[in-house]
Amino acid sequence: MSLLAAVETDRLVGRLNPVAKLLAALVVSLVLLLSIDAVSAGVALVLELLLLPWAGLSARQLLRRTAPLWIAAPTSVLVTALYGRDEGPVLLQLWWISVTDGSLALALAIGLRILAVGVPGIVLLATTDPTDLADGLAQVLRLPARFVLGGLAGLRLAGLFADDWRQLALARRARGVADGRGPVAAARRFGGQAFSLLVLSVRRGSKLATAMEAKGFGSDATRTWARPSRFAARDAALVAVGVLIAAAAVAAAVVAGTWEFVLA
Amino acid sequence: MTTASGARVDARGWGWRHAGRLRPAVSELDLVVEPGERVLLLGASGAGKSTLLAGLAGVLGGDEEGDATGELLVDGRPPADQRGRVGLVLQDPDSQVVLARVGDDVAFGCENVGVPRDETWRRVDEALDAVGLDLPRSWPTAQLSGGQKQRLALAGALAMRPGLVLLDEPTANLDPEGVVEVRDAVGRVVEASGATLVVVEHRVSVWLPVVDRVVVLAAGGGVLADGRPDEVLGRERERLTEAGVWVPGAAPAAPVRHRASSAGPLLQAEQLAVGRRGTRGPAVATGVDLVVDDARAVVLTGPNGAGKSTLALTLAGLLAPAGGSLRAADLLADGAGPSPSRWRSRQLLSRVGTVFQDPEHQFLTATVRRELAVGPEALGESPAEVGSRVDELLARLRLDHLAGANPFTLSGGEKRRLSVATVLASRPRLLVLDEPTFGQDARTWRELVALLAALVDEGRSMVAVTHDAEFVAALADDVVALDRAPAREAAS
Repeated sequence: MSLLAAVETDRLVGRLNPVAKLLAALVVSLVLLLSIDAVSAGVALVLELLLLPWAGLSARQLLRRTAPLWIAAPTSVLVTALYGRDEGPVLLQLWWISVTDGSLALALAIGLRILAVGVPGIVLLATTDPTDLADGLAQVLRLPARFVLGGLAGLRLAGLFADDWRQLALARRARGVADGRGPVAAARRFGGQAFSLLVLSVRRGSKLATAMEAKGFGSDATRTWARPSRFAARDAALVAVGVLIAAAAVAAAVVAGTWEFVLA
Repeated sequence: MTTASGARVDARGWGWRHAGRLRPAVSELDLVVEPGERVLLLGASGAGKSTLLAGLAGVLGGDEEGDATGELLVDGRPPADQRGRVGLVLQDPDSQVVLARVGDDVAFGCENVGVPRDETWRRVDEALDAVGLDLPRSWPTAQLSGGQKQRLALAGALAMRPGLVLLDEPTANLDPEGVVEVRDAVGRVVEASGATLVVVEHRVSVWLPVVDRVVVLAAGGGVLADGRPDEVLGRERERLTEAGVWVPGAAPAAPVRHRASSAGPLLQAEQLAVGRRGTRGPAVATGVDLVVDDARAVVLTGPNGAGKSTLALTLAGLLAPAGGSLRAADLLADGAGPSPSRWRSRQLLSRVGTVFQDPEHQFLTATVRRELAVGPEALGESPAEVGSRVDELLARLRLDHLAGANPFTLSGGEKRRLSVATVLASRPRLLVLDEPTFGQDARTWRELVALLAALVDEGRSMVAVTHDAEFVAALADDVVALDRAPAREAAS
């Protein structure tokens, strides 16, 4: 779970309201999803990388956390370049594989986009405590407390899944039903074990719900918040930075003539 | 701790039937508990103790969950209308922690009932202090031991300043150290706050220093006995013992043994290191030397976190050793090779049977009967053989009336008996059990110990992890005590 847990930091990023981080990341991501071109994603990524020194993560932490991106982005680049929609001059032809100007441009656009959307998302996750995010969602965005805190409690239970899964695997081996080779047997085993995990989780969840109800959760009383979540000027500034990055990305793409509105 | 006045409990002809059940869980209950009284609630399994506590805590739910009769009032009003007046602590430490940090978790109840912020944090610190949890507010709840989690749950209840504290087998899943921790915290807290206390627990002797009244619920409804602890326990000793209550002084009868001769060692561990994830990940215990002999019982003891369960799972061939050697003699291996963790799942069945600490982890099917057939069927036995084996086990472990029931709907004692029966169904040479007597009432305990003694006497071997001194006295031929591993902090 260590890769999912938030990094503890007393730097600015740790004091920013998680809602501001969420909004900033959302603005950039949503805008980048509107077009598929290399310029907008590239500009956004460069601007994001310029801000990384303030993300409160060491180079090592950053590399570890963003590892999935460094696998996903080159893979998509390769796959799109080889199999993407062909357009323009053919650069390489090998049986059914063809690399063209068009497929290469698309590959670059997709690869950069994965990084430009992924990096802020991962920094958000890595520097945000789920409890603080829940406090922000409920107090700043005024989402229903029942929903937000229920989700938060559920998230904690999900942390027990890995242990349960290992126990269930051992139990199946002990019961004599873990043999059988080949994908069919493996799929059947996985399905059975997943169902057992579901049953266990539901049972634990209902016990937790009882414990929460006994502590007054979901009653008619007006809830107070022990941890205040405030949206300060610096939080608004962060959202503005997000808007600026998105705007700069769009502007650069429009000026370069590469902006391609996907919904058009 | 600031004084909160004790609450008064009134049950008038109260009863509750869970939706979908024919018989009510509680019926015709008349009971008054005066403010500040400390009641130990006893009764046979199925007498409705937990249902009564849930009713008093106002968490039984509405009309869809079941039908209520009569009245159940706290301070003259329905409990569900006055959240925070009643605090509840349940048995399972893991499913009561709501939030990730200790302070936040204790504050949760206060927030829900609308306590102002400054007052909430004052109460959080007081409550943590009262239960003796000397940890910073930001301490991760995931790193607490079972006993600490139960004290955390108690602190969360206390912070709401309840007039009535309800405890439903709060120490059943704890090691002896944790039991005393929690019991003492409860004693201090009710003493200081003057709150009314109702506690359900099989192990009477644990709670006698704290309570001043014992109420015994009758299985058929109503109250069987009620009064001062010494009076009730003296008068009702036999009926309580029969109902599975651990009455102090009535030591559980040790089975008469007829020892078989041993044919030699089955398993040999030399400088064995074990880890929760086998060869991957850190070791939780190292340098273990032990021998498991044919027709003998080895008991593993030691504090929580010493790696007992992990060692047991490794001996059972479920985890690969993290270091050192573990070799099975031919007597056990029977041609399958010296390394149990390399045996195939089906080869394990007739050689080593494992009873997990939580029976729910090992259930695979939707009925008790089919659960018992899993092992013999995997071994390729004929339907007739499987059928007769299953019938014999159903009768032997008093599960025959439950043959068609879903394993998950059984009581704690029934689940334990079923998990043992599923292992016996494939007749393994070696039985490995992890805390088989945890949370069991005295009756299930007696049956289990008698059954295991008979199995060892008829020539099987046993490795059991336990904290239970009486279990050790009744069964152990050899005791292996593990120390707390120094590497534990790094491992968790």
